[in-house]
Amino acid sequence: MTRFTYADGIRQAMAEEMERDPDVFLLGEDIGPSGGVFGVTKGLWERFGENQIWDTPISEEAVVGAAVGAALLGAKPIAEIMFGDFVTLAMDMLVNQAAKLRYMSGGKLSVPMVVRIVTGTGGATSAQHSQSLEAWFTHVPGLKVVAPGTPTDAKGLMLTAIRDPDPVVYFEHKLLYGGRGGPAGDVVPVDPIPFGEGRVHRKGTDVTMVSYLRTLQHSLEAAERLAEEGISCEVWDPRTLVPFDYEGLAASIRRTGRLVIAHEAPVRGGFGAEIAAWAARECFGDLKAPVVRIGAQNAPIPYAPELENTVLPGVDRIVAEVRQIVDDGRSD
Amino acid sequence: MASEPWTPDQRIDALRRMMLIRRFEEKAARLRARGFIPGFLHPCIGQEAVAVGVCSALGPNDVLTSTHRGHGHMLARGADPARMYAELYARTTGYNRGKGGSLHMIDVDLGFLGANGIVGAGIPLATGAALQLKRKGSDGVAVSFFGDGATNQGAFHESLNLAALWKLPVLFVCENNLYGEFTRQDRHQAITDIADRAAAYGMVGTVVDGNDVEAVHLATREAVARARNGEGPTLIEAKTYRHRGHFEGDMARYRPEEEVAHWMERDPITTYASRLADEIGFTDADLEALQESVEEQLDAAAAWAERQPHPDPSDSTTDVFVDDFAGVALR
Repeated sequence: MTRFTYADGIRQAMAEEMERDPDVFLLGEDIGPSGGVFGVTKGLWERFGENQIWDTPISEEAVVGAAVGAALLGAKPIAEIMFGDFVTLAMDMLVNQAAKLRYMSGGKLSVPMVVRIVTGTGGATSAQHSQSLEAWFTHVPGLKVVAPGTPTDAKGLMLTAIRDPDPVVYFEHKLLYGGRGGPAGDVVPVDPIPFGEGRVHRKGTDVTMVSYLRTLQHSLEAAERLAEEGISCEVWDPRTLVPFDYEGLAASIRRTGRLVIAHEAPVRGGFGAEIAAWAARECFGDLKAPVVRIGAQNAPIPYAPELENTVLPGVDRIVAEVRQIVDDGRSD
Repeated sequence: MASEPWTPDQRIDALRRMMLIRRFEEKAARLRARGFIPGFLHPCIGQEAVAVGVCSALGPNDVLTSTHRGHGHMLARGADPARMYAELYARTTGYNRGKGGSLHMIDVDLGFLGANGIVGAGIPLATGAALQLKRKGSDGVAVSFFGDGATNQGAFHESLNLAALWKLPVLFVCENNLYGEFTRQDRHQAITDIADRAAAYGMVGTVVDGNDVEAVHLATREAVARARNGEGPTLIEAKTYRHRGHFEGDMARYRPEEEVAHWMERDPITTYASRLADEIGFTDADLEALQESVEEQLDAAAAWAERQPHPDPSDSTTDVFVDDFAGVALR
């Protein structure tokens, strides 16, 4: 049986691109001989050596800044932010430099780099190692934002991210990696997946559920349970938030007439707000019910499992919310 | 003098470049005051010897990052004043097609990776550029200009550590003009010589008279040789002074008159002109002729810039990404 995890997908994409193009290189904290805190870069240092794998000090600003500077000279660096929360230490380099240099230079410079952001909760990793900050980056013109939910998407989107000529912020959910410290999985060939193309994971007729990263799994589970109650859910993953596949989502909404967006990030100011606002205008005539957003409570991620499970949107909450808007429509 | 780096012609050229920078900015300040130039202008008047001394020691494969006070660095590197004025005028033929302005001017062909609106931000960028130069086995070095204020930013410390650790071919050039914006150095850091900070990262640190173009050149030449030789980075602190405020419009009343007078006497251009008078017989008439030729060049440059086309509003969303996405996807 093929064993191919999300971490395998990311690792294989980076390895294949480093093999193909010596200007692709990695830099980050503990990514070298130790293979990374989550084992994502395991074996790469042995295979590619020091000129393509740069183990850095704990210096997020210098790491991302060095990636930007190298990219300006034609390199295609992949910088790792070990826990996404630490990207706050590198925000100037990402937001004021990487995102802006193309534009500010009137198109004379480009910044072909990837910043890998290890995102989301890891289970009791608490407030400074668990956040989902993807919406921040969608708000900055000049950055592309990628959020794969499956091993195949992780690989195909990473291939595209590395080849992309612009700065790409690549979110990877730590609970999707698929085991830590285990043997590397099988090499599965995957073609690069174009940005801006969503994916229908499950066809349905009553409601469109938009989810990405780990919440995609929750939505699929919720859809399974709702099917038993006779509610038919279409589960749709945008896969990239910038660019966003508005046409794909509009087509799904035309089929179902209802829209629920679920993500792990807090509801307030989350990317779901962007989707909801867009749908309220562009899909107004197709909607039979108000658009619903599901996300974390507006609280930091707590340590205690009981509290964490309350803050995060789980399968139960998704089931309940979907059931309510579908039932409301039926009782009319 | 044994330490003299230049022939008489090269010395006159260095003087001319410093004069070009000064007149460029004086003219820009006038144009801004008259409303021809929108936005910020941070003149480097008084600091010209650092720009010229450093850039004269660089080769064609070298790259640079600059600061909000970047016109001098760019002109010293050989940029075209006409296209710089066109950018200040926000016209399409400016260096950044009118999308950057003074704070973001770049010239890719000269390896000039840009002025920067964020204090200290050019330092990690130059470090990363040096990393790529090293990875490629290039003989190029990266140079980062920054001020005394930037040396209190995390970006400075993180970058110096990284560059020293990896022995990157990079020069960190601190133009210590004694003020971080409106705040005098002794009120923003507890040290006098910023070059002392090099020791903390295991790199060479040098203090140089930033108003002596030849001294700056020699210090840079040495540091460049070290970098090309694989011996890693150097922190050069050039002590200098800005004659004007932090930006045009800042009257700089926070500076004592005696201090300003002291530094005015040490003006890098007039002191160098009189040195050339003493040492190579450079006459007042020669100086006047040089002045005139610089002014003619700049008058023509500004006149050209003023005739250049304004951007079309439809250009507001181009250049966000390399390949502009069509329609709905990115609106």
